[in-house]
Amino acid sequence: MSEQRPEGITPSQTVGPYFKYGLTPNGEYAWNDAFTNNLITPDVSGERIRVEGTVFDGDGVPVPDCMLEIWQADAQGRFSDPQDARALPNSSFKGFGRVGTDAKGGYVFDTIKPGQVPDPDGKPQAPHILLAVYARGMLLHLYTRIYFDDEAANASDPVLALVPEERRTTLIAKRKAGAANPAYTLDIHLQGDNETVFFEV
Amino acid sequence: MTLLYPLQSLAAHPPRLSPAYRSTVKRSPQKPLIPIRQTLSELTGPVYGHETVREHDHDLTIQHKGEPLGERIIVHGHVLDEDGRGVPNTLVELWQANACGRYVHVVDQHPAPLDPNFTGAGRAQTDASGYYRFVTIKPGAYPWGNHHNAWRPAHIHFSVFGHSFVSRLVTQMYFPGDPLFPFDPIFNSVTDEKARARMISSFDLENTQPEWALCYRFNIVLRGRNATPMENKQ
Repeated sequence: MSEQRPEGITPSQTVGPYFKYGLTPNGEYAWNDAFTNNLITPDVSGERIRVEGTVFDGDGVPVPDCMLEIWQADAQGRFSDPQDARALPNSSFKGFGRVGTDAKGGYVFDTIKPGQVPDPDGKPQAPHILLAVYARGMLLHLYTRIYFDDEAANASDPVLALVPEERRTTLIAKRKAGAANPAYTLDIHLQGDNETVFFEV
Repeated sequence: MTLLYPLQSLAAHPPRLSPAYRSTVKRSPQKPLIPIRQTLSELTGPVYGHETVREHDHDLTIQHKGEPLGERIIVHGHVLDEDGRGVPNTLVELWQANACGRYVHVVDQHPAPLDPNFTGAGRAQTDASGYYRFVTIKPGAYPWGNHHNAWRPAHIHFSVFGHSFVSRLVTQMYFPGDPLFPFDPIFNSVTDEKARARMISSFDLENTQPEWALCYRFNIVLRGRNATPMENKQ
């Protein structure tokens, strides 16, 4: 290749208001989805769960033109990526999902509860899902994590430990009482008093 | 702490709060982001099979019964990391307005015609050297409500994955010499002139196909990894 060493990375720009027909058409446009909000595959083991919530801006107004992407391990804490030496190459569970928020700013993912993934020292992290947030008005996506309020491992999670205690609740999805299937709720606040903890990573 | 993907690379990005682009004011965090170590969760990313990209997904001019109106163009280039190494087998998605500057999205009510032969969405996977290629229509400029007489320069939206969840990039490709550059707060949200230039494609006469289509080259540079091989803890 004739390319020289680049001077730097390509800067990020907003997804804008019109990404839906290209990235999350969901049957509403003449284009197919590369990814959906349902990560469950027939062969997947683990507890099937739903994670849902609403995305809000700094005025507490729902954000209807937001895109969310999740990336997670399987129930044994393994990623579907050969860069994870423990990956199972034949698993159809991909661990990646994408959804556009609805007119009320709502989102839903159907997936499985991830297992524990080691941190760089080999110490187990509490079960978590990575979440990337994109929207009109966001020039660069934000990274956060979804934890689960019924996991005792949260108490010793090395990432949660970096977060001031009073803000940790913004990362912890709450299990819904009385739901037929396990479901968790986590709202995303882009700004304001309840601002979600976002990570520099 | 030592990070496999250095944070210094991120300096090229626009500040999240860029008040000239009004929508950033209520959609950017006010509390500082919390730095964390890059764990296996951050250092891995999705892998796609052949089912994700179909044979003709890279050609936006053959998705309907007839040919779309407008100036047919080839957009191609390499997805690279910061060391100039091609990023192989990675997914590149694009979406764009039609030749009149109108998006097929239902929210776009700009009084310009839709083209029944153009959706404006495409997808490609880079080859072993990181190369990708699309055939499409040159998008038009269009007005937006950010300020009086606001027009977006012609652009194509790109979404690229790379080696991990932290190398993920969504950006916009612009065309060389656009007279709207000085007036666009999204383009100018990138404060460094050299970084802005990396969002502008270059006219590629060599790969222009005579009697058929002009060509533009757009290389996309993603965050690079330090040379240290990744450890896979058991």
